[in-house]
Amino acid sequence: MANQENIAASLARTPLYQLGVELKARLTSFGGWEMPVQYSGITSEHEAVRNAAGMFDISHMGKFTLEGKKVIDQLQGLVPSDLSRLQAGQAQYTVLLNPQGGIIDDIIIYYQGEEKVAIVVNAATTAKDKTWLLQNLNLDEIQFQDLSPEKVLIALQGPQAENYLQPFVETDLQPIKAFGHLQANILGQPAFIARTGYTGEDGFEIMVDPEVGRELWRNLYNAGVVPAGLGARDTLRLEAAMALYGQDIDDNTTPLEAGLGWLVHLDTKGDFIGRSVLEQQKANGVQRRLVGLQMQGRNIARHGYQVLSAGQVVGEVTSGTISPTLGYPVALAYIPSKLAKVGQQLEVEIRGKAYPAVVVKRPFYRSKTKK
Amino acid sequence: MAEYPDDLKYQDSHEYVRLDGEIATIGITEFAVRELGEIVFVELPEIGKTFAKGDELGTIESVKAVGELYSPVTGAVVESNNALIDDPELLNDDPYGEGWLLKIRVDDPSELDDALTASQYSALVEGAE
Repeated sequence: MANQENIAASLARTPLYQLGVELKARLTSFGGWEMPVQYSGITSEHEAVRNAAGMFDISHMGKFTLEGKKVIDQLQGLVPSDLSRLQAGQAQYTVLLNPQGGIIDDIIIYYQGEEKVAIVVNAATTAKDKTWLLQNLNLDEIQFQDLSPEKVLIALQGPQAENYLQPFVETDLQPIKAFGHLQANILGQPAFIARTGYTGEDGFEIMVDPEVGRELWRNLYNAGVVPAGLGARDTLRLEAAMALYGQDIDDNTTPLEAGLGWLVHLDTKGDFIGRSVLEQQKANGVQRRLVGLQMQGRNIARHGYQVLSAGQVVGEVTSGTISPTLGYPVALAYIPSKLAKVGQQLEVEIRGKAYPAVVVKRPFYRSKTKK
Repeated sequence: MAEYPDDLKYQDSHEYVRLDGEIATIGITEFAVRELGEIVFVELPEIGKTFAKGDELGTIESVKAVGELYSPVTGAVVESNNALIDDPELLNDDPYGEGWLLKIRVDDPSELDDALTASQYSALVEGAE
């Protein structure tokens, strides 16, 4: 890696950092990284992703490869999802669980075939996840590689993402389904291309060497793709009701509480860490659940605000914003299961006053063009 | 660099005051607007309500943050900018003009004697960047 990116600083910088500076991005500290929070503005970046295409530097995220005998079988013991269903070229969004059923991290496992797997994890949890994986996998059989510092990851997202990316790739992108992925050349250099993302839109996540990443970023920018920062990433993922680790989910929340029951496959797979807790929760029901709230006025419910029912505090908002697409404030909050029905009237305390909110279906927004 | 008109008085909490007789027009500075990002909601007090200098007058919400508005003067609210209810972006576009927030009838104009001048405020915020 070029040394110019390693200038001594308390915050880490990705290989695309300088490109953000050139585009006059406003920078912020995020999970130990100095990252662009916005370029042209959160709303315009958000709209670009919903209507055309935007791109995010997500090189700060952790990137691992695992290779070796029975790698899928071994990973089966660490996640609640049945990975045996995965064909080569398919991926599973899932969670690493602790013995209490709590979420160590939410991750994507990309099965590349031939006993080879790529895993992408959150930036702030990269070290934690690495330790956990190394502790709980049989390393006599598996080679573990941490590619986090040496690879660039670009998320190109939006209904026009395929059209923008295709000219730089020698392989036809059209047949790749959602969560599908492959190795292909970009700008003549090897790349890992996955049809995944964190915005609720169609799009790709592209892993390449830094030099290729910088060239791809410049090419996409010149072609008209809008650079987008963490601000738009947050409003986009929240409209799509995707959890943010450390805020909506953490070591003390289980996937069943977090509304991630669709990735818990108790019936079709064997033992895994945390299984007994999830079995109990499934049998008895969970006490609290993460729900979507729609505010009835224009006051924005934000992270940490209290949720009330009949004047009593019953829960807490974990994420909240005004939805740029919908035009009203939405939030995610943990509340008692008995109050979690769609249509339930609640209140959120904002600066000492209670404002009406109603439980609504997740996601708040669903793309019509998603593959 | 942002603009800070010379005829305004400034607070270090980023409100400005345009004093016209006993009526103070209050808004927030271009620096504050820029720091907040895109403003999506403004909550202002009712007309007739009285405030002491330093009281919280209302809040300004952007996509990513909440900002509190503090009264630079003691007095009663005589008008608030209703256009902002439907179009809070006026604040982003024109903070010293169409994006004004409130008019307050000032009890004692000398309260503003210790307010910052444009150059003092500018040095404070631009120097701090």
